Amino acid sequence: MKKSWPPLIPFVAITLALEWMVRSGAVPSYLVPAPSAVLRALFDSRDELAAAMAKTSAAALVGFALSTISGIAIAVLLSSSRGIQRAFYPYAVFFQTVPIIAIAPLLVIWFGYGMKTVIASAFIVSIFPVIANTLTGLLSTDPALRDLFRLYGASATVTLVKLRFPAALPQILTGLRVASGLAVIGAIVGEFIGGQGLGSVVDIARTQQRVDKVFAAVLLASLLGLALFGLINLISALTLRRWHASEQGS
Amino acid sequence: MIARLSVADGGRIVTEPEQFQTAFVFQDAHLLPWRTTLDNAALPLELMGIGRDERYSKARAALAQVGLAEAEARYPAQLSGGMRMRVSLARALVTAPRLLLMDEPFAALDEITRFNLEVQLRDLWQRRGMTVIFVTHSISEAAFLANRAVVLTRRGGKIRLDRQIDLPMERTNDLRSDPRLGHEMKILMGAMEEE
Repeated sequence: MKKSWPPLIPFVAITLALEWMVRSGAVPSYLVPAPSAVLRALFDSRDELAAAMAKTSAAALVGFALSTISGIAIAVLLSSSRGIQRAFYPYAVFFQTVPIIAIAPLLVIWFGYGMKTVIASAFIVSIFPVIANTLTGLLSTDPALRDLFRLYGASATVTLVKLRFPAALPQILTGLRVASGLAVIGAIVGEFIGGQGLGSVVDIARTQQRVDKVFAAVLLASLLGLALFGLINLISALTLRRWHASEQGS
Repeated sequence: MIARLSVADGGRIVTEPEQFQTAFVFQDAHLLPWRTTLDNAALPLELMGIGRDERYSKARAALAQVGLAEAEARYPAQLSGGMRMRVSLARALVTAPRLLLMDEPFAALDEITRFNLEVQLRDLWQRRGMTVIFVTHSISEAAFLANRAVVLTRRGGKIRLDRQIDLPMERTNDLRSDPRLGHEMKILMGAMEEE
């Protein structure tokens, strides 16, 4: 419990400072809402926000799950031969560089308004870090251990399952950590155009000059990102605690 | 090349019989950190498709031989460097190899640990009746462990000296201060300094 204290101190300090600045009139409330106003917006629009949050969560989770599964599968394929890697890796990089906001309208044309577009957007934005980190992990297997597996006649599949994949787990989890945050961002961007969830709430509240509501929705979106990040950390702690330096000590 | 993991540029490798179980031990332990001591020691048998009960009983026996029976449920991160090296040795021994290849396996250990492991290795070698090819940069280690010591040239890998070490078969740490060991070391050192 003691470890959760330090991050709370700046949070409380900034919240109090903000409240004071808005109340004293130093910052006009149509630019930055007072924290108390955000809280009120959260409460007043709780049904709408809860429904939006559920939609965004579902889309972000599905998009994240899809990029986890296909990202790892693609990395396994890419790691199987130098030739395949040279031929296809540039296309994986494409996902990293594609400006999601520019192709989001295209997604609407392909998948229509609603869930599918939002999931696709979350997926596209979050798959690259999974591919890149998994690939690095799979390609940095200890050569001595590879020789050992070869000496005892292990097949490529057995070597993948019993050596390369578990050895790559720390890097895979790093990729998932990055991807989890990006999936939420991708979902929100998709919702701006696809029209549902927290992204849509932000978009509509913005046109109504409801900065407090914008902040309330943004706050929920960040909480969603944090929750996903926490989930990956939990999985990481459970799988790596016995053997990896990153989860040991203290 | 001896382990048939790479092909020679020229010449031949003659063994009798042609096919036999080989094992090797590297400079560092190279264990799988996500596996317990027991599962690490049983790995070669697992890869060869041996059933669970048989591979565990053989792995336990191999661990007992290197004095690690107590540590079978521990993970490599919970072991000292010397213990990890002994797990690595147990992993090599578990297939009852005819030939054991060792590449400076004790180089990274402190001296006392190394001394004790060397005595253990001699002992295991005598009991198992296997051939051990042991690469080392340590003259005292070579003289202490070997029945036959080969000094190679720095470049080209030519043989500079090939000598039967004239020491008793039973070797304990008492031998370390024996003048006969010093004499053997002097001969090996002489061959190395000719370069």
